Amino acid sequence: MRIHLTSIFVDDQRAALAFYTDVLGFTKRHDVPIGHDSWLTVVSPDSPDGPELLLEPSSHPAVQPFRDALVEDGIPLCQFAVDDVAVEYDRLLGKGVTFTLPPTDIGSAVMAVFDDTCGNLIQIIAAKAGTGDE
Amino acid sequence: MFRALDDETRRLILDELSSRDGQTLFEICATLATRHGLGSSRQAVSQHLGVLESAGLVVTERRGRSKFHYFSSEPLAAITRRWPVVEKGNTS
Repeated sequence: MRIHLTSIFVDDQRAALAFYTDVLGFTKRHDVPIGHDSWLTVVSPDSPDGPELLLEPSSHPAVQPFRDALVEDGIPLCQFAVDDVAVEYDRLLGKGVTFTLPPTDIGSAVMAVFDDTCGNLIQIIAAKAGTGDE
Repeated sequence: MFRALDDETRRLILDELSSRDGQTLFEICATLATRHGLGSSRQAVSQHLGVLESAGLVVTERRGRSKFHYFSSEPLAAITRRWPVVEKGNTS
């Protein structure tokens, strides 16, 4: 069994596609219209055949209270690996991204948390060399 | 306020906020776990923050959609107003 797709809820699929591609740097993999919405996925350009991230409409009534509670407490819903958190932090700040947690050393790794403008907090993390975690 | 301070986890929370002010619950839990090896649940930490907030030692502020916690030293200043700190050693 393999994890080939995971999903996050987004308020607006087109705005989400713009943020996840233009700002974060992912590439669009699937964009298949289904009714008013789309089966919309992105992948990392580093692994185009790797796991896809589904940008799923957040229209179910349970989604908003769930996400609002997580965001209020600063809890990220999804995590992406980066080579250097400080470099990504500077790059994303330059693109106007808001962080709820600046780069923070947690011993075995450095992490940071930003707002994806689509209703979610996202954690980026880089394991430190020699911690055997990567 | 004295009751709020009479707990090691709550004192550690104030230590962390005084070294980096303005933290979310997520960040406070992460630093307690990684720097101090505390395995308190988010719910427990949230309750500790409630006690500190009631005592006026922590204030919260919303920025965007998230809630950030700040250390407030005002209740501690009330102690030194009642019992002023006298510097000893310089007098002969």
